[in-house]
Amino acid sequence: MKHRDLLGMEDLERADIERILETANHMREVGERDVKKVPTLRGRTVVNLFFEASTRTRASFEIAGKRLSADVVNFSPSSSSLKKSESILDTARTLDAMDPDCVIVRHSVAGVPKCIADVLSAPVINAGDGAHEHPTQALLDMLTVQQEKGRIDGLTVTIVGDIAHSRVARSNIYGFRRMGAEVRVAAPPTMIPADVETLGVKAYTSLREALEGADVVMALRIQNERLVGSWFPSVREYSATFGLDRARLRFAKDDAIVMHPGPVNRGVELSHELTDDRSSVILDQVRNGVAIRMAVLYLFAGRQRGRAAAEETRP
Amino acid sequence: MLDPASERDEIADVLCVDGRIEAVGAELDGRGAEIFDAEGQWVAPGFVDLHCHLREPGQEYKEDIASGGRAAVAGGFTTVACMANTDPVNDDPATTDFILDRARNDSPARVYPVAAATKGLEGKVMTEMSALLNAGAVAFSDDGRTIMDSGVMRRVLEYSRLVDVPIIVHCEDRTLVGDGVLNEGAISTRLGLPGNPAIAEEVHVSRDIKLAELTGARLHVAHVSTAGGVEEVRRARERGISVTAEVTPHHLTLTDEAALGYDTSTKVAPPLRSAADVAACRAGLVDGSIDAIATDHAPHAQHEKEQQFTEAPHGMLGFETAAAVSLDLVRRAELSPLEWVRRLSLNPARILRRPGGSLVPGEPADVVVIDPEKRWVYDTAKGHSKSRNSPWAGQELTGRVTATFVEGKLVFHVDRGVLAP
Repeated sequence: MKHRDLLGMEDLERADIERILETANHMREVGERDVKKVPTLRGRTVVNLFFEASTRTRASFEIAGKRLSADVVNFSPSSSSLKKSESILDTARTLDAMDPDCVIVRHSVAGVPKCIADVLSAPVINAGDGAHEHPTQALLDMLTVQQEKGRIDGLTVTIVGDIAHSRVARSNIYGFRRMGAEVRVAAPPTMIPADVETLGVKAYTSLREALEGADVVMALRIQNERLVGSWFPSVREYSATFGLDRARLRFAKDDAIVMHPGPVNRGVELSHELTDDRSSVILDQVRNGVAIRMAVLYLFAGRQRGRAAAEETRP
Repeated sequence: MLDPASERDEIADVLCVDGRIEAVGAELDGRGAEIFDAEGQWVAPGFVDLHCHLREPGQEYKEDIASGGRAAVAGGFTTVACMANTDPVNDDPATTDFILDRARNDSPARVYPVAAATKGLEGKVMTEMSALLNAGAVAFSDDGRTIMDSGVMRRVLEYSRLVDVPIIVHCEDRTLVGDGVLNEGAISTRLGLPGNPAIAEEVHVSRDIKLAELTGARLHVAHVSTAGGVEEVRRARERGISVTAEVTPHHLTLTDEAALGYDTSTKVAPPLRSAADVAACRAGLVDGSIDAIATDHAPHAQHEKEQQFTEAPHGMLGFETAAAVSLDLVRRAELSPLEWVRRLSLNPARILRRPGGSLVPGEPADVVVIDPEKRWVYDTAKGHSKSRNSPWAGQELTGRVTATFVEGKLVFHVDRGVLAP
């Protein structure tokens, strides 16, 4: 890996992505064994530093770490003593003094993993920062597409939903573009971020046009209740205009796959029928999530030990 | 010697007697006088800053009038106008009096308090402008607590005609800013941070200009940052409306790309904008649509700036880097040295209608000496401010203030540091 930390897909070269996906394929095989454990990271400490509540992603990282025999520690400062009195960087410095081998960071504000990486000796894995990036989600999405389609290069991927507030969208845009796919985004105009075309995508406000010829349709979760009213009129209106159902999916290619980072709001982003029709791919995403995180931990946490090694490779 | 008031750019001596400029000319008789050799450097009227935050009273952990005054003279500013967002707010004569008293005793730079336009900066009840003026306030402003209520703003402007001093406005429509923390555009999209659109400034400049036209008040637009904002001011001036404007060194030289590493020292209000906006601000400063360079010196403690980008407070230090940073316009031949000095000294003094900014005999002997070629590294730990929040920290800059005089007295020398009080 060219970089010490995994902060975003924007930083990854095609070769890096290919290596992670390839490693994840091996890791997936570990997950299919009877004894789902290998000694790769024995004696290494992996810290899940989650400032923002998350059950699924945290569990996925925790399982990944444990399958590699790492000691996984969960640290959720938002729920513990940390309030305004301690700065983010002080938390990072405190953690650094405990000499972890890898720190997985999630925060509701963009940029926090980067700022923590700047003061930490150990590699940092971004597990989602605000509306910035969520690289392991993009990698698991790419692994899923690769399995379903046999390739990524040359595919058309349409991402539907709140692009403006989505870290999943940004990471997938960078990742799929780097791997040679065409990426489209579709949303109401208020949910398309300013100058989105500078990310190398085409923006659509017509779902039908965005879906035409798509190989992969990715629905984003409408997460933030506080956005209702100021960014779009109502969940009902969103579902009526950008919700995916069987009829609308016909605009895409016949063999198009439907993905969702989960959990699905049934009847909002995906209709009930579609959720059930397509549940196998969506659950595969979850399964692949563990494999990707094992691969990432192996590649980022497994290669260097201690402070001295970290400082050597620091730019 | 560079004196915009007399349009002089020549090699000359400057003689000061009893704190005033006595004579300016070649080969003056210096017998009996103390000689300061500034050969090969620029000698100019001391800089006048229309916009800074000295944090006293109430936030002395960030800055106080003494440290702010020292940083000011180290940057060549002999006069600074400080904003009212202290704790308590400078909205009554006692606080204005306190600031002036502190300044007299502690600050090597002259300090002009800008009082609040409304009580508590709440945008509701106007302050006692006449009493504040008598206490020493030079202008009124709610600065970053932009007055959103257009009815209140109208009355503030209308009433200010009684005292005939500028109303300084920080033009950002707060409803359009929303939770935006950096310029809305490709960079905010890439960083995943909420954007603050240029239109938030443009519509507000437009509103305040309309109200200034209606009321005949003296409007001063603080830190213009957008091409649209510059254009609004330019058109208003063409139409003869009484409006002046300032721009900061950072809005003249940095774009939103400076925030790419999530460096919170680049978080300011209004935010750093696009390259096109920077070009428009520079053009506006050159063609006179924008009168002055003002620092918006805004110290914050390190622990405050070490928060996540959305939580960190707005603002960066300005005094000690303003000259070097804004000299970029001279180096790129956009401004002559004389015109650059005019925008840092004479023009701001004229906006406040105060003496200074001039080397004409009889004026206060506030003088700055600048070595425009000197290369130096800005070490915030050795700087005079109590805070360190500068995007230029640790960088090599070109052009340095080497000496500053206030009323004929040497208050800063580059090798000896701040000398008084």
